Amino acid sequence: MNDTTLQNFQPQQDQSLASGDTVRGQYSDATPDKGQPVTRNESVEENLSVRVRDLSLWYGEHQALDDISIDVFANTVTALIGPSGCGKSTFLRCLNRMNDLISSVRIKGLVEMDGRDVNARGMDEVALRRRVGMVFQKPNPFPKSIFENVAYAPRMHDMVSRKADQDELVERALRDAGLWNEVKDKLHEPGTSLSGGQQQRLCIARAIAVRPDVILMDEPTSALDPISTATIEDLMDKLKQDFTIVTVTHNMQQAARVADYTAFFHLGEMIEYNATKQMFANPHTKKAEDYITGRYG
Amino acid sequence: MSQSFEEISAQLKKRHRRSARMKWMTMGALILSAAFLVVFISDMVVRGWPAFQQAQIQVEVSYDEQSQKLPLAAVDEDVRPLISRGFFRPLPRKMENNPALMGTTQTQWVIADSRVDQYLKGNEDRLRPADKETLQALVEEGRAELKFNTTFFTTGDSKMPELAGIASAAIGTVMTMLVTMAVCFPIGVMTAVYLEEFAPDNKLTQLIEININNLAAVPSILFGLLGLAIYISFFGVPRSSPLVGGLTLALMTLPVIIISTRAALRSVPDSIRHAAFGVGCSRWQVVRDHVLPVSLPGILTGSIIGLAQAMGETAPLIIVGMVAFIPDASISITNASTVMPAQIFTWASEPNSAFAEKTAGGILVLLAVLIFLNALAVWLRNKFERRW
Repeated sequence: MNDTTLQNFQPQQDQSLASGDTVRGQYSDATPDKGQPVTRNESVEENLSVRVRDLSLWYGEHQALDDISIDVFANTVTALIGPSGCGKSTFLRCLNRMNDLISSVRIKGLVEMDGRDVNARGMDEVALRRRVGMVFQKPNPFPKSIFENVAYAPRMHDMVSRKADQDELVERALRDAGLWNEVKDKLHEPGTSLSGGQQQRLCIARAIAVRPDVILMDEPTSALDPISTATIEDLMDKLKQDFTIVTVTHNMQQAARVADYTAFFHLGEMIEYNATKQMFANPHTKKAEDYITGRYG
Repeated sequence: MSQSFEEISAQLKKRHRRSARMKWMTMGALILSAAFLVVFISDMVVRGWPAFQQAQIQVEVSYDEQSQKLPLAAVDEDVRPLISRGFFRPLPRKMENNPALMGTTQTQWVIADSRVDQYLKGNEDRLRPADKETLQALVEEGRAELKFNTTFFTTGDSKMPELAGIASAAIGTVMTMLVTMAVCFPIGVMTAVYLEEFAPDNKLTQLIEININNLAAVPSILFGLLGLAIYISFFGVPRSSPLVGGLTLALMTLPVIIISTRAALRSVPDSIRHAAFGVGCSRWQVVRDHVLPVSLPGILTGSIIGLAQAMGETAPLIIVGMVAFIPDASISITNASTVMPAQIFTWASEPNSAFAEKTAGGILVLLAVLIFLNALAVWLRNKFERRW
């Protein structure tokens, strides 16, 4: 495909449809089915959340990411799919610099947010993570109370000064995470006493409590049962009104259900990035098609 | 064709026999070590128990001018040899400080001489026949008996066994341990936190790591030599003092605390660190708010065990002069002092049986303190332990 090589960082155009509509118009209204083309115009720039260009990453000698370019749009869910070891989690961790924790990692390329290169010398990774929250594969609430789990980060970032503000913020985060009704009477019990699905929603509440712009989710439902998974998927759908979500998933049905855009990774390369509808209905690349139809992976 | 149950059972018999044999052997090892422990402790109790008792004699003490000049005159001539010299010596001063006593005669229980004590306990018979008769008479009248030995817990060392006690050594131990803890707990924990949470993994930190592990295995007497060379010779810290002893033991305990703290930090799951980094904690916030609270029980346990080890240490203290005849208890960290194991060591080198029982008694006190410290470690671990 020629267009993948030209502009594979943007969801590819569906040639059969006319261009002109903006991303926001398309994806935040109630009719996302009309797979309108996404074009690179002024309004797209406006809605751009994270811009990634030619991102390569090495673990020591091993290259894990090879020239990845992606635009992540605000208030959408972007799913990263691909077989194990394809680099999708590594890519995700580039967006909030969690890879900094691994000393052998070397990164080249641009990850730009709000017009700033997140890997630049002047960028503080703590400030970055304040704006880019993360939810992990295995629910990992702090070994503290449910209340503390949510209140800790806002307090640390000086977002609340009064006790009442803090209570309000905790309630709001837990409500947004759809957990309030289940835990409102036991806020001071340990976060780890909750069920797996509840713990994961607590982790989401913890992430959204600091009102980040972007929430990264690294296979957030892979440790959960189907009912909890469905709850979290619904939640992602709701949360995208306020946040931009980038999620890694092994589950292609999940990507099809929740994602507005899907990127397919294979062996450290991004093979295809497309509107989810398009990706699943009519993938542009053979590899993506093979993976989606279950020929490998 | 697959095997029948009978065929499989026949083969299994051998394997089951082997595991039964293994079970008995491991259990045997446990029983053997438990037996050693029981023999050791019961031997200590049997030998040391008499140290907690002391013969006392009820006599009439006359406080008058004569006894002020010649204290021995305060009691009857025939009981005089049965009573500890330690009783007579402070009499004149006692009268000086308390003029109301002058001219009175008091009936009181006084400490008996160690020969009387040993005779009543059936250990040694070094009394003269005449004194023995007097004593026999006193025992029959109920005026000479073994009582609880408060002296042992309230005084320091003495050349007279009936006056020798563990108190000044216990105070010395407390002062020394305070110095040790004050020095090596903060330094040890901080070092471990740096190595585990901040330091890059490179050749230099690996070298430091290997050296710390090796230090934990260095014979303790070498730390004594180091203490002598650095603290006493170079910095001029007063010798025999809890300060120099504590600093020397701190050198020895430091690697233990570093190693156990690192193990405690390493046992904190990375998922907690990732969660903390994920919400935008700085490294220090990750450590302070998340890693340290979870690893605290492990750190405390390791530190207390390191402390208990230092508390039982004698060899390095010989070199810095804390193993000596030091009768006075001092709560200053710069005055000469001794510690419990050193006191036990000093008593063990005395020839007579009165000191032998003091040795065992001192060991019992030291064991009790160590058991208390270990129990404290277990309690702290359970109290602060959190699940995640």
